[in-house]
Amino acid sequence: MSQQNVEGKVVGGFILQPMPQPLLAPNENAGWQSLRDAYSSVRADIERLNPDLIVIYSAKWASIIGHQMLSDPNPKWDIVDQDFHALGTMRYDFVMDVEFGEAWRDASKARGLTARCVDYYGFPIDTGTVVNLQLVNPENKFPSSVCSCNVYADRGETIVLGKSALDAVKQSGKRVVAIAITSLSSRMWSEWIDPKDDRIHSPKDDDWNRKLLDILAEGRLEDVSQLARMFSREANGDNRMKAIWWLASIMGQNNEYDGTVYDYQAVWGTGAALVGLIPNPGKAADLEYDEDDVERYKGDRGVLSGAK
Amino acid sequence: MSSTNGTVVSGCLAPHPPHLLYAMNPPQNAPEASGSGAWKALLDGYDSLRESIANKEFDVIIIHTPHWKTVVGHHLLGVDSFKGLSVDPIFPNLFQYSYDLKIDVELSESIAAEAEARGLVTSMMRNPDFRVDYGTLTTCHLVKPEWDTPLVVISSSRPYFYYNNDVGDREMLALGEATLAAIQKSGKRALVLASNSLSHRHFTNEPDDPEDPSFESIYNANQAAWDKRWLSLITQGKGRQLIAEMPDFIEQATSECKDGSMTWLLATLGIPDYPGVVHGYGSIIGTGNAIVEWTPGGDK
Repeated sequence: MSQQNVEGKVVGGFILQPMPQPLLAPNENAGWQSLRDAYSSVRADIERLNPDLIVIYSAKWASIIGHQMLSDPNPKWDIVDQDFHALGTMRYDFVMDVEFGEAWRDASKARGLTARCVDYYGFPIDTGTVVNLQLVNPENKFPSSVCSCNVYADRGETIVLGKSALDAVKQSGKRVVAIAITSLSSRMWSEWIDPKDDRIHSPKDDDWNRKLLDILAEGRLEDVSQLARMFSREANGDNRMKAIWWLASIMGQNNEYDGTVYDYQAVWGTGAALVGLIPNPGKAADLEYDEDDVERYKGDRGVLSGAK
Repeated sequence: MSSTNGTVVSGCLAPHPPHLLYAMNPPQNAPEASGSGAWKALLDGYDSLRESIANKEFDVIIIHTPHWKTVVGHHLLGVDSFKGLSVDPIFPNLFQYSYDLKIDVELSESIAAEAEARGLVTSMMRNPDFRVDYGTLTTCHLVKPEWDTPLVVISSSRPYFYYNNDVGDREMLALGEATLAAIQKSGKRALVLASNSLSHRHFTNEPDDPEDPSFESIYNANQAAWDKRWLSLITQGKGRQLIAEMPDFIEQATSECKDGSMTWLLATLGIPDYPGVVHGYGSIIGTGNAIVEWTPGGDK
């Protein structure tokens, strides 16, 4: 254990939307501008927490070979969004905590996951990560560590990934802010709209988003994690809400947080929220839940052949 | 040149696993392969396809790529040229490719206009900083590594995912018809490529040597059986049945046809009632990949 043998901990968690409009075109829609303004509050609160490290799970970075952790110490490149290329080019220059990324990879492997670090010149960092690091950590005041979202992973694998991240946090001795980059409802408009006319894609998506945000405002992250499957079915949840599972897991799988909903707006039909969760031990009862807990991932190859 | 004499010279199913390009060790790609031979059947298949199209003349390559994923309709590259480095976000250890390519913007705009006229949403991608996706680069390199032919690159829109497979197919049939109409009006000879695998369930781990042949197989027997059926329909020339069964195939075999490329290809060929030539078939990290060529009017 580093840092004078003090166990590391997560000092705050955030759920941040991934769409590029608040960064690239806030003035085109009042809601996008509202999000942009609210990002300032998120940034200020992260700075007040003064973490040693920001740890990120991005639902917009897809992987197949297990999970990938960025380990280029200083990734620099330009990215252009696949749909919204007309909004412009995003140039990034980030600082990654390589040591933590490697520790997270090792902790993941120790729990049975496939994991690897990626350090390749020109590696394309996803839009969600770039947008959010630009808006909440623009001067690289805090180093980061970013992990992908495995397209085949479900809840069990993602919970284990969150636990491995927490293992690495504790081992590091660092004070960490955890960020889950994800939309809530993720249904986008599939035709060009006037940005001024943007709204949540359906009243049902909007309704479910608001239910989730009500619960998050009470700090009940584990309850939201337990609801994630239903939310995904009912409201087109972003990548099955894996980012929520991961965040709940790295933060200890409980409801003991003070929640803040900084903002909630539509971005191209999706439910775009900015939420903060600060640990408040003892705030809520330790309840039982319907979803299984899992400590170690046992893999999927050979399922049909009955492999053990 | 007549305004209506453009043709599709060949239409090919030309899947894009970066593993194949990696195994070829071209100078544009930084990683070096071991040569252990995991994907020989497919590499031989691409050799055979290249040999076949070497005898054909075409002015443009038109590709529909599953790895430029767009929600807001169908996008086409609309800048004269692109040069840069593409690193595969999923298999970065295999694909770090320097590219330099030309775009046939005029034909791209014409396809977009034909598609709009059929009620589809389209967009021209005019940002010169845009990074060309690895699906496009892999398929085009495997088919014609000289990079001496201008491209039209069409994104994969999401109707299959946002609605269902039937809606997706209807949209891709319309896009294929639009593509064919634009080709015909252009007076150009086009090589048309669908850059997708058949069954598409991956293993989620990788051997130390990615080219280790002992690791490879189709993900499971169900996937393999569906691929076999698909190849049977292709070689029997049953294009209409392929379209009819496409929604089931996508669902049952987790097929990458869900990205729309194959339905689009069949439509650009007028739904072939003649056999496709299977140049190769094999697995890559569990997925089923076929290299197929349809030649309207037979080999010339």
